[in-house]
Amino acid sequence: MEELLEILSDLHPEVDFEVEEHLIDDGILDSLDIVNLISEISEEFDVSITAKDIIPENFNSAKALYSLIQDLGEE
Amino acid sequence: MLFTTYEFMGFMAVLLLAYYLVPKKCQWALLLAASYVFYFIAGADYLIYILVTTLTVYFAACRIERNAERQAVYLKEHKAELSKEEKKAYKETQKRVRLRWLVGCLLLNLGILAAVKYANFFISNVNGILSAFGSRQQLSFFSLALPMGISFYTFQAIGYLIDVYRGTVSAEKNPFRFALFVSFFPQLIQGPISRFGDLSKTLFEKHRFDAKTFCYGLQRVLWGYFKKMVVADRILAGVRTIVGDAGAYEGAYVLVGMLFYTIELYADFTGGIDITIGIAQTMGITVQENFNLPYFSKSLKEYWRRWHISMCSWFRDYIFYPVSISKPMQRFTKFSKKRFGEKVGRRLPMYVSSFTVWLATGVWHGASWNFIVWGLGNWAVLMASEELEPLYERFHKRFGARGRIYNVFQMGRTFLLVCCLNLFDCYASIGETFGAFASMFGASNWKVLWDGSLLGLGLSMLDYWILGAGVLLMLVVSLLRRNGGSVRERIGRQVYPLRFAIWYGLFLAVLLMGAYGIGYDASQFIYNQF
Repeated sequence: MEELLEILSDLHPEVDFEVEEHLIDDGILDSLDIVNLISEISEEFDVSITAKDIIPENFNSAKALYSLIQDLGEE
Repeated sequence: MLFTTYEFMGFMAVLLLAYYLVPKKCQWALLLAASYVFYFIAGADYLIYILVTTLTVYFAACRIERNAERQAVYLKEHKAELSKEEKKAYKETQKRVRLRWLVGCLLLNLGILAAVKYANFFISNVNGILSAFGSRQQLSFFSLALPMGISFYTFQAIGYLIDVYRGTVSAEKNPFRFALFVSFFPQLIQGPISRFGDLSKTLFEKHRFDAKTFCYGLQRVLWGYFKKMVVADRILAGVRTIVGDAGAYEGAYVLVGMLFYTIELYADFTGGIDITIGIAQTMGITVQENFNLPYFSKSLKEYWRRWHISMCSWFRDYIFYPVSISKPMQRFTKFSKKRFGEKVGRRLPMYVSSFTVWLATGVWHGASWNFIVWGLGNWAVLMASEELEPLYERFHKRFGARGRIYNVFQMGRTFLLVCCLNLFDCYASIGETFGAFASMFGASNWKVLWDGSLLGLGLSMLDYWILGAGVLLMLVVSLLRRNGGSVRERIGRQVYPLRFAIWYGLFLAVLLMGAYGIGYDASQFIYNQF
């Protein structure tokens, strides 16, 4: 989780990702951020996020995103 | 049959009556029949195209899902005997089978779209190149009619197929229900491009007559007619005069034409979508919103999140994301990071993906270089904004550029930017567009704005008054929506005489001030042939 928070903070240092739960709904992360994020996550966690995983529920919070990474890691 | 014709109103009256009289379980079948009648009246020759798309996508989606189900069953049955590698290899083989169905169906349907929409554009370019090299040989043009709404229903069907392939929706087993999803008539003309997962929730349901929903639907339709017939079709005369003779109407006239066109496009497209959503609502069906107060956007990026939402999200979900996170693009990211450093290397692949999307968006809008340049113009502005973002931030911090006045400035700036980009949509060629745009900067004819010359654009003083009132009303409604939800609910809370006055006033406005009369050709919706 620490690594993920670091990646997220690099993208938007002004956002408190530990508490924010509407990253997509509130437009904090846009499509360019998401692509950036996926690229970083793929490298850091060695998981493959596909287009079907890009839904608001998976990207609305750091917690949800971390859960997705864990699920993909187990596959 | 246009939404703005008496035939359509008669068609709707009969349909609504039948819709609430037939047994509830037959409502969707009635809608399918009505949709095909609507499409048949628009052009009997078009039917073959929509039928081919419906059948091929239906069949491919069923095959893809059946393959996925078989895979699941096989893996479950052989769970104990297969090694991890064998399972992986089996999954890969089956995935390739599904991919073949997906790609084959996409190629077929996009091929049809390309043939009817872009073949002649391609031929005219080839002929241009042949002429440039001194060849007398010229290719002949095709004489294929462009089926109504082909881009919309093709994209809607393709979106569904990709969703089935991704496993995010289940394939529709009933071909007739799927045919209704593709051909649902209110959105055939100009969208929105609905997702199966959203539209199917209410499209196939049984709907009991609900007076409030029905009334809200009619009110939305009426508001759409007001925007389309009172504002868009009235201002059209001015737009046509200015852009139709670029040589005569230069300088200040271009500014006027640019503003007129942006008002026309907004009133026409959002009005059409109001009618679509309203018609669906009278039948208890929810069609997704396609606009969210686009001219309150403070940047072009925000504008594209609020304008033609269904198209933008389609391009994002089915082109931008798959291209951006594809394996070749990931490799390109790694390469560019190594070659150009972390910062540039991270952004470069995104710019390539965005370029692809905006090129596709331009091409989707029409077979002409104007649209391609328009798409790439949007891309260039968006990417420049991304690059300049840190500079803006520093500027904001340094000068404290925040607050309501600055917000209004940002909205005005975005509006003007959109107006400028829209110029590509107006003029006959790119050269003419740039010529017209440039003429504004050295203009010496600003007095035409107040010396009565604007009355020579095919618009009388009465037209200007009506347009002024119409635009003001659209602005007031937008502000009310921005400040607190549904305007219809707000009106619904008023005393009866006031409610009556508002809705009948709007009805009379459409009836008396709608652009009718000799020479009025009930103009097509701008997005009709997209």
